[in-house]
Amino acid sequence: MLAGIALALITGPLGCFIVWRRMAYFGDTLAHAALLGIALGILLDIPNGFAVIAACLLVGLLMLVLQRQQHFASDTVLGILAHSSLSVGLIAIALLDSPSVDLMGYLFGDILTTGWSETGFIAVLTVVSLLVLIFYWRRLILITLHEDLARVEGVNPMLSQIVLISIIAFVIAMAMKVVGLLLVTSMLIIPAAAARPLSRSPGMMAILAGIIGAVSVIAGLFGAWWIDAPSGPSIVLASFLCFLATFIGGRFISR
Amino acid sequence: MLLSMDDVNVRIGGQTILSNISLTLEADRITTVIGPNGAGKTTLCKVALGILQPTSGRVQKAPGLRISYVPQRFHIDSSMPLTVRDFLSVSLPFARKRRLLGIAEALELTEVEHCIDKNLHQLSGGETQRVLLARAITQQADLIVLDEPAQGVDVNGQELLYKLISRIRDIRHCGILLISHDLHLVMADTDNVLCLNGHICCAGHPESISNDPAFVSLFGRRAADTLAIYHHHHDHHHHADGTVAEGDHCSNS
Repeated sequence: MLAGIALALITGPLGCFIVWRRMAYFGDTLAHAALLGIALGILLDIPNGFAVIAACLLVGLLMLVLQRQQHFASDTVLGILAHSSLSVGLIAIALLDSPSVDLMGYLFGDILTTGWSETGFIAVLTVVSLLVLIFYWRRLILITLHEDLARVEGVNPMLSQIVLISIIAFVIAMAMKVVGLLLVTSMLIIPAAAARPLSRSPGMMAILAGIIGAVSVIAGLFGAWWIDAPSGPSIVLASFLCFLATFIGGRFISR
Repeated sequence: MLLSMDDVNVRIGGQTILSNISLTLEADRITTVIGPNGAGKTTLCKVALGILQPTSGRVQKAPGLRISYVPQRFHIDSSMPLTVRDFLSVSLPFARKRRLLGIAEALELTEVEHCIDKNLHQLSGGETQRVLLARAITQQADLIVLDEPAQGVDVNGQELLYKLISRIRDIRHCGILLISHDLHLVMADTDNVLCLNGHICCAGHPESISNDPAFVSLFGRRAADTLAIYHHHHDHHHHADGTVAEGDHCSNS
């Protein structure tokens, strides 16, 4: 539970950038790539978390490079990378035939099996990611507004994008444990979208998204325990209900 | 001298976009670049801004030169809540130190002080340009580069926008580089016009340039004539011509 709350505190603000920059599909692609990371982790005998971060970083940087080319639209490139890396990951896991691989656990998450050491890992990564995000905040806002304008004002857009992708890679490695790879993007996007109608500034939206995410984790886990439902989808459902509430509430107020 | 280009060439993917460009931008002077689509106007802009490195040639800048940029398109996703006030305060720490003029004063100068608490995506095209200009003012720019600021602004609005730009020049004494695709409404107070078509076809004061054979062959007789007529009216402050007169009426009344 603590791991889930810690995670929500970073997915909320980070998700704002994903929403503003229209990177939802980008996040999804990285989540698919995470499975490739798990396969690599087993193959090379390195811990899951690090393998996933490495795979996400690799695919993320590859996408950054490929977006500069002109042959295909970026969503086509994302689709190719997402499903290719997912397929390679699935094949590798099947061929390895390792009894220790719980594929369903990776796809849908299992927060209840998260031990203290993993909670510590998530907490540390959350703090580091948040600090980096705060340090790069203005730069990231500027490149989100207008890349060339940011460059004239002394921001290196490439560096800032690499920072953003690195944080996303970290967060996906953590979120995989909590809601599973299939639902990772939802933890990024839904709290941010839910925070939008209540917000007057980017900073406010980021903070509210973090709070809404944390509330969703708490409510989702209690709900899951109450009706004996799977935990990951319950968290997502709780955040969806928050989104519906603020969206309808926002409409109501603006009239 | 604020910025000078010496024999600048830009080739992208084997295609020559700009060749042999030499120009000098001075403080307190407005330079307008006009040219047909695909003439390399935006590329020239990017070279001046330092976003794009020329393939060959030299770009020299005055030491400590502060450039501000007013981009052609500025559209933010409506999912981002950002007020004009917040937009003008977002900048890197070292850029903030040199801010002299407050946000409210800058917006007042560009006549959009009523927008201060509006969201950026609620602004009209003209308001957005004025907010971007206000941003340039708060940044204490020595040189403001505007890429087709009049796009998406109606004729009256264009005239007012051009007047505003020259007023900013008068108050702040900064240099201004203005990119325009509109041949008929070149800014009246322009000190120097550059006709660009991959290379600089002709350059000079608006009066002289409309009679230049290179200008006539590039844009046709009609464009050259309207340019001349427009400037004639402006110099004598006649209010007979439709577009010009309307613009003047707006600002006088």
